[in-house]
Amino acid sequence: MSDKLISIKNISKSFDEIPVLEKLNLYIRENEFLTLLGPSGCGKTTLLRILGGFEEPDTGRILFEGKDITALAPNKRPLNTVFQKDTLFYHMSVADNIAFGLKIKGKSKTYIQDRVHYALHLVGLDGFGERFPDSLSGGQAQRIQIARAIVNEPKVLLLDEPLSALDLKLRQDMQYELIRLKEELGITFIYVTHDQEEALTMSDTIVVMNGGRIQQIGTPEDIYNEPQNAFVADFIGDGNIFDAIMIKDKLVRLLGAEFECVDTGFGEMNPVDVIIRPEDVEIVSPEQGTITGVVTSVIFKGVHYEMDILAHNYHWTAHSTKMAPEGETVGIRIDPFNIQVMNKPIREDQETLVNE
Amino acid sequence: MNRPFRKTSAGLEEPRGRKHPGAAWLAGPYLLWALAFTVIPLVLIFWFGFTNADNQFTWSNLTSIGDPDNLKALALALLLATAATILCLLLAYPIALILAGLKSGSSALIAMLFILPMWMNFLLRTIAWQNLLENNGVINTILKFFHLPAMTLINTPGAVILGMVYNFLPFMILPIYTVLSKIDREVVMAARDLGAGPWQTFARITLPLSKPGVISGITMVFVPSLTTFVITDLLGGGKIQLIGNTIEQEFVQGSSWHVGSGLSIVLMIFVIASMALIAKYDPDSSGAVIGGQR
Repeated sequence: MSDKLISIKNISKSFDEIPVLEKLNLYIRENEFLTLLGPSGCGKTTLLRILGGFEEPDTGRILFEGKDITALAPNKRPLNTVFQKDTLFYHMSVADNIAFGLKIKGKSKTYIQDRVHYALHLVGLDGFGERFPDSLSGGQAQRIQIARAIVNEPKVLLLDEPLSALDLKLRQDMQYELIRLKEELGITFIYVTHDQEEALTMSDTIVVMNGGRIQQIGTPEDIYNEPQNAFVADFIGDGNIFDAIMIKDKLVRLLGAEFECVDTGFGEMNPVDVIIRPEDVEIVSPEQGTITGVVTSVIFKGVHYEMDILAHNYHWTAHSTKMAPEGETVGIRIDPFNIQVMNKPIREDQETLVNE
Repeated sequence: MNRPFRKTSAGLEEPRGRKHPGAAWLAGPYLLWALAFTVIPLVLIFWFGFTNADNQFTWSNLTSIGDPDNLKALALALLLATAATILCLLLAYPIALILAGLKSGSSALIAMLFILPMWMNFLLRTIAWQNLLENNGVINTILKFFHLPAMTLINTPGAVILGMVYNFLPFMILPIYTVLSKIDREVVMAARDLGAGPWQTFARITLPLSKPGVISGITMVFVPSLTTFVITDLLGGGKIQLIGNTIEQEFVQGSSWHVGSGLSIVLMIFVIASMALIAKYDPDSSGAVIGGQR
C-alpha cells in the first residue's frame, strides 16, 4: 500500500474555455481503493477519462509506474474501464464480449476459454457465456462489463459510476461484491461516484472534488469526522454548519453562545466555519444545555428519530434514539470533541452547497 | 438490436388501452388505399401473368423469361444493379461515417447537401446527366476545348450505372448514417479501452453494429436499380436492354400485357430471392440470437 502507482501532475483541462480541472495533483498507491467523490460537474469523470486515455489534458502529465503515459492511446494503457452506461457489444455473446480484449491480444483459445470461465465465476454469473447482452438485467450487464475488463488483468480498474443505474438494494449488494472482487484480484480500483454513502462504504481513500479542484483527501473516517472545509462537511453526510468566531484555542462562539472544543491553531477572534453532525447533538434538559430551543418537528427514521430544534434562530438537525415531543423546550449540549472547526473558504468553490 | 424494456405494472393503465368503438373505422382509408393500389393491381398482374389472350391458364408468360433476349436482359439487370449497389455502398459508407462523426449542427448541413438533389425531379436529374454525357454534351465539349480526344460516355453500361448510383446514393447514405449515429460513443470507447486499435475497433465493433443500416441501404438501392427502365432509356439510349425495359415495352408498345405481367412476376421472385439471400447473412433479423444459437 505504499508505492505510488499513478502520479497525476498539474493536470488542467477546459471544455470550450470553461475550466473543468485546475492544476490537479494526486497520486494513487498500489492496491488502493480510491474514490473520486463530488457533485456532478466537479471534474471527476473528466479526470477518469484522462486516466483512461479518452481525453487529453491541456497541461500536466500522468505517470504510471514512473513512465509518462499522457500521450498514450487508450488501447496501449495498462488499465481498463467499467463505464456508467451499459457498453456491452450487442452483436456478440457474453463470452465473446469478455473474450474481446484477449482475442485482440491474440491469446490461445484454451487460455481465453479458461479466463472467460474464471471471470464469469468471479462475478457470480457462471453459465452465462452463451447468452446475449439483451437478455441480461441491468445488474447482470454491469457484472459482465466488470468481467470483460478484469479478464485483461489490468493493474488498475477505472470505474465510472458503474452502479448509478441500479436500484438501491442491488446497488448495496454490488458495493460489497466490488470490495470482495478487489480483495480477490489484488489490484487498484479508481472509482468515481457522487454518492457519498457508496464512497464511505467501499473506499480506502476518498478524494473529495468540487469545481475542478481537490477539496480533501483522506480515509472515509477522516473525511467524515474531520472535514477540512464547509463544502466537504456539507457534501459528506448531514450536518449543522455555522458561521462562528474562534475566540481562542479550544473555545468557539456560535449563535451567540460559547462552546468548548478541542481545536487549536485557528488564531484569536477569527471567523471560522463549524460543523456539528446531527448524531452529535445531545438533547438534554434546558438547565443542562449550553443553549435551549424548541422542538419543531419529529420524524421517525427507523434506527433513530430526526428532530428539528429551533434554537437561537437556527434550525438544528438532531438524530437521537430518544424522542423529545414536538413543542417541548430542550437544552442542547455538544461534546467538545464533536465540534469540528474549519477555516473559512479562500476560494468560492469551497463554499457550501446550500449557499449556492 | 432493441434493448429490453422492463415492464412495470403494465396492467394498471387499462382504461387507456380500451378501444373506442369506432376506432376500427380509422383504418378504413388505409385499407381502401391498400386495396385499390396494392391488392387489386397485384391480383391483376397475377391474372394477366397466368392467362393468355383467350383468358386460359398458361405458364408460357412466365417461361418466356427463358427466351434468350429476356434472359440476357435479366442477367444484365442483375449485373448492373449489383455493380451500382456495390459502388453506392463503397461511396456511402465513408460519407455516413464522416457525417456520424460530426457535431450535430454541421452534420445536418452536410446531410442536406446529399439529400438536396432528391428534391429535384428524378427524370430531370437523369436528363441532366444525359446532357452532360452526350457525344456533343458538356463533358465532351470541355474535352474538345482542351484538344483532348472525345469519349463515348452515353449509351454505355457505365452511363447506366452512373445514373443508378447518382439517383440512389442517398438511399444508401441515410440508413447507414442513421444506424451509425445511434452507436453509443462509449461502446466504441470500451473497445479501445479493451486494447483494440482504431481499425480493429472499426472492423469488430462499428462495422458489425452498422449492419442493419447497410442491409436496408442495399435493399433500397438494389431493388429500384434492378427494376429501372427510365435510367436505361435516357442514359442507355436503347442500346442497353434491361429486364425493366423489356417489361415496359411489353406494356407500352402494346405487345402483350400477359407476357409483361409474367415477366414482372419473375422479376418479383428475383427481388424476393435476393432479399432472402441478404437476410440469410444477417443473423440479427433471424431472431434466434437470444437462446445461444449463433
